[in-house]
Amino acid sequence: MVTSNKIRRWIGWLIILVILLLGISFLSLTIGPVRIPLTKSISLLAQKLCFWKSYSLENTPAAIILFKIRIPRLILGMVVGAALSSAGVILQGMFRNPLVEPYTLGISGGAAAAVGLVIVAGLSGTLTQIIPLAGFAGAIGAAILVYFIASSGGRLTIPTLLLTGVIVSFLSSSLIMLLMSLAKGEELHGIMFWIMGNLQETNLSFIITVSLIILTGIFISFLFARDLNALVLGEEEATHLGIEVERTKKILFILASLLTGVAVSASGVIGFVGLMIPHLIRGVVDADHRFLLPASALLGASFLVGADLIARTIISPRELPVGVITGIVGGIIFIYIIRKRKVEFRW
Amino acid sequence: MVGIDKDILLEIRNLCSGYKRKNILKGIDFLVRRGEFWGLIGPNGSGKTTLLKSITKILPAQKGNVFYNKKDIMKIPAKKLAQNIAVVPQVSVFHFSFTVEDFVLLGRIPYLPRFYLEGKNDYRIAEEAMRLTETISFRQRRINELSEGEKQRVVIARSLAQKPTLLLLDEPAAHLDIRHQLDVFNLLEKLNREKGITIILVSHDLNLATQYASQLILLNEGKIFAQGSPKEIINEENIWKVYGVKVKVTPGIKGNPLVNLWP
Repeated sequence: MVTSNKIRRWIGWLIILVILLLGISFLSLTIGPVRIPLTKSISLLAQKLCFWKSYSLENTPAAIILFKIRIPRLILGMVVGAALSSAGVILQGMFRNPLVEPYTLGISGGAAAAVGLVIVAGLSGTLTQIIPLAGFAGAIGAAILVYFIASSGGRLTIPTLLLTGVIVSFLSSSLIMLLMSLAKGEELHGIMFWIMGNLQETNLSFIITVSLIILTGIFISFLFARDLNALVLGEEEATHLGIEVERTKKILFILASLLTGVAVSASGVIGFVGLMIPHLIRGVVDADHRFLLPASALLGASFLVGADLIARTIISPRELPVGVITGIVGGIIFIYIIRKRKVEFRW
Repeated sequence: MVGIDKDILLEIRNLCSGYKRKNILKGIDFLVRRGEFWGLIGPNGSGKTTLLKSITKILPAQKGNVFYNKKDIMKIPAKKLAQNIAVVPQVSVFHFSFTVEDFVLLGRIPYLPRFYLEGKNDYRIAEEAMRLTETISFRQRRINELSEGEKQRVVIARSLAQKPTLLLLDEPAAHLDIRHQLDVFNLLEKLNREKGITIILVSHDLNLATQYASQLILLNEGKIFAQGSPKEIINEENIWKVYGVKVKVTPGIKGNPLVNLWP
């Protein structure tokens, strides 16, 4: 049967992607300034899972590094990578344009501007979560702004939306540059570090909140996979297939903003994940969103965890912002994909 | 009062429609009965495409109503409407890597609840649609690798997978050579005759429309200039009045009028 062949192929690929994610995850738990052997981290994890409330474990240096630094960072890397590539899938499906990603719409630009504002205003020390909160508010604010400007003429059309997004992006980066020229040395460093993106976040309850929001967002997106399949044909054709296009577009737009906003609030501006990962999956396996969404989330998670591993080891003991790595790796792979025209035409 | 004729599938009453600052249709009235094959003809900008878009709720009516099966289409949910009316658009852009079969299966979207994968029945219907359109032999090929004629047949197959009662087509053969044009029109005739699908077709090609459609609507400047059988509509006087072109109309091989152009 053709049906089961397709589904079997999807499941096969998803299993490969899960194995890839697990492999990269264990690697990232092992490697670092202090090497924790794989067997040790597995046994520590097993003990932790079995005796959740037992604190005796946490006195060994290995356990402290594992549970306080590497695991939070790993989780953050996974969910941010998954969120960014899922947002990419949603936006590219809506816009039928493989080069669209969260940044084109000014969503992450808004987040970065809001964070810069908080840093320059000297508020960053007042509350541990004020930076992430500002990022989130800025993302949502930019999304709403773009949405209302673009739809002010009545029907929301994609070219207007894209153009508005680009304009809001320009505005945001101008604002960031203004803030940087006003900032003092220490603040400047903070803004720079934010803009380049990093996954150093140790506040566990914050990471859990972010993870839950992102996982929920990805799950809801998955419910709209079929609508995305129809939207890829064009808005009129989606209408002909019984999709309530205007309403669906709004929901998808909010979902993509939520995923991007939360990801940016947790880790700063990390580019290229949302652009490259969905493109890669579409080109190599399948463009059906029922597969594309979960597969991109998994590969995005692996990619960001891997990129972060490189970022924190390549010039050890110093660290690079992970955004630099994703930019370089993502850029090279993206050029490679475009040069293979066959894949590009298959979108 | 909605018409009492049971066979009426589509009723358009005093329909005015268009874009924001431009009224295109200025009071259209007509009835389509089950199993009919209508051709919509008229010069560029006369409102043919606008009329199709009004029937599928892409353009909401500014005035007047469209009734499908005696129900105002504005009150029919999009999903329900898509189970009854399928559209083959003027241009289909394929910027994605679906296989022919996956593309045809998209026609099952109006029938599938959110969580469900396509079942055996959906595959059976898609297969039947591919068989009818003779696209089944390349079901596993990617759609953007196909020729124009093959692509158009695949698009028609997708619309058939919607199991439509009413099929709307906007110049389905405009970019095809005469052989593929005939393939498409013969297919439409077969669908109309054998499957009883009601067809409304926009065509620029007066002769193709005249040979295949049983009823014609001649639109001019957003109004119906004339409607009726091809013999009633296609004459030198009507074409001169609407298109401003002098032609010679002669009887065709099947008896329908044939429009002869000369420079």
